[in-house]
Amino acid sequence: MSKLADYDGPILEIDKLSISFFTRLREIPAVMDFSVTVQPGEAVGLVGESGCGKSTVALGVMQDLGKNGRVVSGSIRFKGRDLAEMTAEELRDIRGNEIAMIYQEPMASLNPAMKIGKQLMEVPMIHEGVGQKEAYARALEVVTDVRLPDPERMLNSYPHQLSGGQQQRIVIAMALMSKPSLLILDEPTTALDVTVEAAVVDLVKDLGKKYGTSMLFISHNLGLVLETCDRLCVMYSGEAVERGSIHDVFDEMQHPYTQALFRSIPLPGADKNARPLVAIPGNFPLPHERPPGCNFGPRCDYFEAGRCDVDQVIPMRPVPGNDRHETRCLRFEEIDWNAPLTLAEQKEKSAPGKVVLKMDNLKKYYEVAANALFGGGEKKVVKANETLSFEARESETLAIVGESGCGKSTFAKVLMGLETATEGEILLDGRNIEQTPIEARDTRTISDVQMVFQNPFDTLNPSMTVGRQIMRALEIFQVGNSEAERRQKMLELLDLVKLPRAFANRMPRQLSGGQKQRVGIARAFAGGARIVVADEPVSALDVSVQAAVTDLLMEIQRKEKTTLLFISHDLSIVRYLSDRVMVMYLGHVVELGDTEQVFSPPYHPYTEALLSAVPIADTSVEKEHIVLEGDIPSAMDPPPGCPFQTRCRWKSEVPGNLCEREVPPQRQLGKGHQIKCHLDDATLARMTPVIKTAAE
Amino acid sequence: MGVFILRRVGVMLLTALCLTFVVFFMTNLYPNLEKLAKTQGNFRMSDEAVATWLERGGYLQSTPKKYLEWIGLAPSYRHVAEDGTVTGRCIQPGMTAEEAPRYCGILQGYWGYSTVFRDEVGNIIATRLGLTGYLMFWVMLIMVPSALILGVLAGMREGSAMDRSLSTVAITTTATPEYVSGVLFIAIFSSSAVGLKWFKGTATSAMENPNFENFTLPVLTIVLYGMGYIARMTRASMTEVMTAQYIRTARLKGVSFHNIVLKHALRNALIAPFTVIMLQFPWLLNGVVIVETLFNYKGFGWTLVQAAGNNDIELLLGVSVVSVLVVLITQLISDIGYVYLNPRIRIS
Repeated sequence: MSKLADYDGPILEIDKLSISFFTRLREIPAVMDFSVTVQPGEAVGLVGESGCGKSTVALGVMQDLGKNGRVVSGSIRFKGRDLAEMTAEELRDIRGNEIAMIYQEPMASLNPAMKIGKQLMEVPMIHEGVGQKEAYARALEVVTDVRLPDPERMLNSYPHQLSGGQQQRIVIAMALMSKPSLLILDEPTTALDVTVEAAVVDLVKDLGKKYGTSMLFISHNLGLVLETCDRLCVMYSGEAVERGSIHDVFDEMQHPYTQALFRSIPLPGADKNARPLVAIPGNFPLPHERPPGCNFGPRCDYFEAGRCDVDQVIPMRPVPGNDRHETRCLRFEEIDWNAPLTLAEQKEKSAPGKVVLKMDNLKKYYEVAANALFGGGEKKVVKANETLSFEARESETLAIVGESGCGKSTFAKVLMGLETATEGEILLDGRNIEQTPIEARDTRTISDVQMVFQNPFDTLNPSMTVGRQIMRALEIFQVGNSEAERRQKMLELLDLVKLPRAFANRMPRQLSGGQKQRVGIARAFAGGARIVVADEPVSALDVSVQAAVTDLLMEIQRKEKTTLLFISHDLSIVRYLSDRVMVMYLGHVVELGDTEQVFSPPYHPYTEALLSAVPIADTSVEKEHIVLEGDIPSAMDPPPGCPFQTRCRWKSEVPGNLCEREVPPQRQLGKGHQIKCHLDDATLARMTPVIKTAAE
Repeated sequence: MGVFILRRVGVMLLTALCLTFVVFFMTNLYPNLEKLAKTQGNFRMSDEAVATWLERGGYLQSTPKKYLEWIGLAPSYRHVAEDGTVTGRCIQPGMTAEEAPRYCGILQGYWGYSTVFRDEVGNIIATRLGLTGYLMFWVMLIMVPSALILGVLAGMREGSAMDRSLSTVAITTTATPEYVSGVLFIAIFSSSAVGLKWFKGTATSAMENPNFENFTLPVLTIVLYGMGYIARMTRASMTEVMTAQYIRTARLKGVSFHNIVLKHALRNALIAPFTVIMLQFPWLLNGVVIVETLFNYKGFGWTLVQAAGNNDIELLLGVSVVSVLVVLITQLISDIGYVYLNPRIRIS
């Protein structure tokens, strides 16, 4: 089977597309009046928060909307042909052959019971009718193209035998098997670590160039879109609100939502005290509860009653002077887009107080049977935490940064008492708590050290009202003498996290993600916690909500003088809110210092790579391009010497193979800045900043 | 893999020992022994006579001792009568005490003597197990493929007309007990009430010469009952697999529906029903009691009923040993097969 005949026009034209899902209750419009055009070789980004309909557009292009979904109006043309008019047979020819898709969760999108080779070979065998041998040769070639080591072994493995990054490369390889003309990437890197994400994005860009593939890149991450795409389409609540080239949209945004989005993400210039993030007020409207007129109206700063809320469809209008730049705002000509941000009140930076928490040479080793399922075999030691030493002061934010497997969650578990330490000390107000499991801790200690979890969706009991859950926490922490007293305290806690008191009687399912996370925070602070471990508290939330939740945490911290241990992999947010940063890699603290010290040279080579990997949504920022090769080594089998030596680009600067032989010592660089590296002072001094802001 | 199987076999033997000991203990309770003495000797025996009888047979030793003797790990009990004649379990008629072996238990291949059938337990079990095995073979041969086909067809498009109708069939068959469906079949296909007379209503002749006519109805009765259950399991597993993301990947790769089901979904969907299918073996072995009785097919289940009904201790023990072994062996096979179906579980 061959490809469609060559076609000169745009690869993909979506014109006034509306897609609805039909439930027994009602029709739910998921996408309305959506248009986008993808030219040959062009990469178009589709940006928006969860539920805005961006994935629905992708599935609409694939004509795979499921039983309930239907294209209500508009058309999707691929190389000039209307996809809706194609027969099932023709669609099958196009899927995987002309249009290929890369998915969010690589593990779930690969067949667990089928070898990788077979899954890859299937594509050319279906579409081009080639034999086993040729298909295998092609698979081998593509797997080499996606820079996977040892391609033959890869083809002979099952998906679960590969790491997340490798799986995603396989999914990419699968999409590229038949050299499609359009590639749809649905949040392709959301499930991956930052450094792995950077490598995958790099790969996608290169391959796009090599094969001349057009791309539709769906993401919620503006920085990522800036790095990969030529053009951009911002979606809000089922509609495209702004469309144009990357530079037009990033630098001359013409829609209030786009502007609000940019103001709510932590860019390098933001600072929690001097220039705080501006959260978008209100909540994302549910598809069946959209307001009349402009969907963004109720949350918009420029809202004009009687004009923006008239029940009519607001059309996309071109922005004069720019190339194909359009916006869905009635007032865009009137708004002064260059008006400086009216700053929210500047806040006093609170000075860190006395030391409340001290870690000294903390070690946590796990013994793991080599063969978990059937027991036996020799035991292996996983060194999850290796000689952790630091202090945290009152009302200080200490960020712990690192990728999956670096031991940051293990550390949190030991601190919370869910695990006990193998060696070393944890001192809380001078008392040792490292060997006291949570069952043996007294109420004070438990209520002093609390945690805010990553996923607010799983950490609330679905069958208990919000108020009940907070009161339960109060009971456990022995706060209040009577039910009425606790009820009062619970309502105060709701005030503290800025939730309406009426929410006390709601069930968790009636709350949005951000609201749930607020309940989680209220619960953590119920016993007047003094140390709060926030484990990626906003990474599961939408961009516009993240800012609000982060601000809330900061505000409570200022009020309560809490010590916040902020675990995150997102360096932008870490730079924004933390006072000190601790970078971890494979259980080791590789760098520790003030935010300023860590984010400027000299860096630890890993910090440097991490900084370079984080996508920044600012066109004026220039980054040094550092891509880490390979995956993070397994903690079961760490490399000898320095843990980072397998991926370090500075390794050759250290004479005598020192990096491979010895774990570097903890070195003081002055003013509490410490680093675990063999590089000498001269080399460290040569390091240049990774992130440079071009002169305005 | 080898180590894994060895380990499992070890655990299996231990389980077998425990389970047989439980059965041994229950069957050797004093009331049972008393009944045995009376059926073997004389119903009007006095209590003293019963005690003497039991004493002579070695039944009054401690249970562990008796158990070890039965297993063949302890020398078996010998009774020296007043006149000097030696009797014992191991001394078969026509043997002298000197010729007879000291140990005679399961390990030596001596399973005891059935008081009902007046034959060696080993012989009885071998014949009866053979007969049931033959029945089981045909049942499995028909039941498993048809159940899987039914389940996969129903599960591949959840909620479709095909799913609804096949599910109805599966639920109906599994909700109809064998004594209902068996009686219905006999009435419809072999009695003069309907007059079809296609098959025979009894499978007695099938014990020597099984053929289509006399063997169809018992097989069909069991198949229908078991099939619905496996089909439901398969359907549930299949519908779950069909909504998995990798099925969407395959679909958007351009794989045809036919190949999605056969190449991508099937292997994943068979993982769950496989255990259920393996569980059907022990169920069939003892669960065929009704069908064997109904069709007068004197197999293993029928033997079990006879042994239990007549307080035939040795036979009962023999039957339970076989049952326990079948359960354990099929579970071992199920575990090994599971590893092959599901690559995520690998033993190394």
